[in-house]
Amino acid sequence: MKTYGDIPGTTVFDAEQSRKGYHLNMFCMSLMKAANRERFKAGERAYLDEWPMTEEQKQAVLDRDYNGMLALGGNVYFLAKIFSTDGKSFQYAAALMTGMSQEEYARMMLAGGRAYEPGKPKEGV
Amino acid sequence: MARISAGIACSHVPAIGAAIDLGKTQEPYWAPLFAGFEFTKKWMASNTPDVVFLVYNDHATAFSLDIIPTFAIGCAPEFAPADEGWGARPVPLVRGAPEFAGHIAASVIESDFDLTLVNKMDVDHGLTVPLSLMFGQPKSWPCLVIPFAVNVVQYPPPSGNRCYQLGKAIRRAIDSFDQDLNVQIWGTGGMSHQLQGPRAGLINKEFDAKFLDGIVKDPEALTRIPREQYLREAGSEGIELVMWLIMRGALEGPVRELHRFYHVPASNTAVGHLILEPQA
Repeated sequence: MKTYGDIPGTTVFDAEQSRKGYHLNMFCMSLMKAANRERFKAGERAYLDEWPMTEEQKQAVLDRDYNGMLALGGNVYFLAKIFSTDGKSFQYAAALMTGMSQEEYARMMLAGGRAYEPGKPKEGV
Repeated sequence: MARISAGIACSHVPAIGAAIDLGKTQEPYWAPLFAGFEFTKKWMASNTPDVVFLVYNDHATAFSLDIIPTFAIGCAPEFAPADEGWGARPVPLVRGAPEFAGHIAASVIESDFDLTLVNKMDVDHGLTVPLSLMFGQPKSWPCLVIPFAVNVVQYPPPSGNRCYQLGKAIRRAIDSFDQDLNVQIWGTGGMSHQLQGPRAGLINKEFDAKFLDGIVKDPEALTRIPREQYLREAGSEGIELVMWLIMRGALEGPVRELHRFYHVPASNTAVGHLILEPQA
């Protein structure tokens, strides 16, 4: 029985997520090679079709829907290969996942980051 | 005989590496962070070790989802800086210490810690950013490095207690190596941060302050922090802090704190840094 499922705004990348996201994450890994990045950029859909991912996973990649990819088994260190290919930073991606603009998010970080709130229920985020 | 002369704790944020590589260290955003490592760079120049035993985690670079070792020791003669998706960092090749690493691996496995042995791997920012913070931008790194990778990507990672006990076994292994070597052990990663989901950007300064104090004065208490507490209170990526306990376990007994630095933010992360000298 998982006891960490209630952490607000957080997907824990455990064995279940890892099984679900295996092909999605392995596609991300392929983007560590410059030649693959070029092929992906030249035709994203065709490149994605080379991987046995679900249609939902492929669409989430095309939409750069990072929260969607997390829910579908993506792990942020793997997903980093996608936003790196796009020339984007971790801060850009993190801001996107919080729904804030990058400027707003950067200001929050400069002000000390998002405060830890003990016991905040999941829906509260 | 080989001996551990110091333990270093240090975060390993990729944006810090990018700031160094792109010459941005004096920009207003970054200057306060790099100021915190000025003492360290000077200290390191006069206390350069022969070998660094560098505890870090691979970020889906050398290890994909095909093989996920909980603890992996790098035994190769050299390790290339990895292309993590934006080209490899322009930093020197990392030179290993195969004979010493082989000795440590054998000794630690005989102490019931079943390591994975790695004879070829590229190393990512988790390993190279701490090297840059400690040594700046030399043409070649001034010491040999034994990379020691810990799984903190797929949950569950090893517990803090397991890491601490492993550190003790690493200490015995280093002490029993029959060469006169000055060794430092570095524990990297952390401090509080979360890179994913709607809660990204979490920083918990209270947790971090307690953890820094605990590493110095009462690491045994930290070994009792359950994994879930790291996730909840230090953020999903803050669980990297268990790696600091490997370093602290290897120092055994009381330590002298030579330097402490804490800074928020580096991109998404709270940066913590300690230089510790074993007293025993």
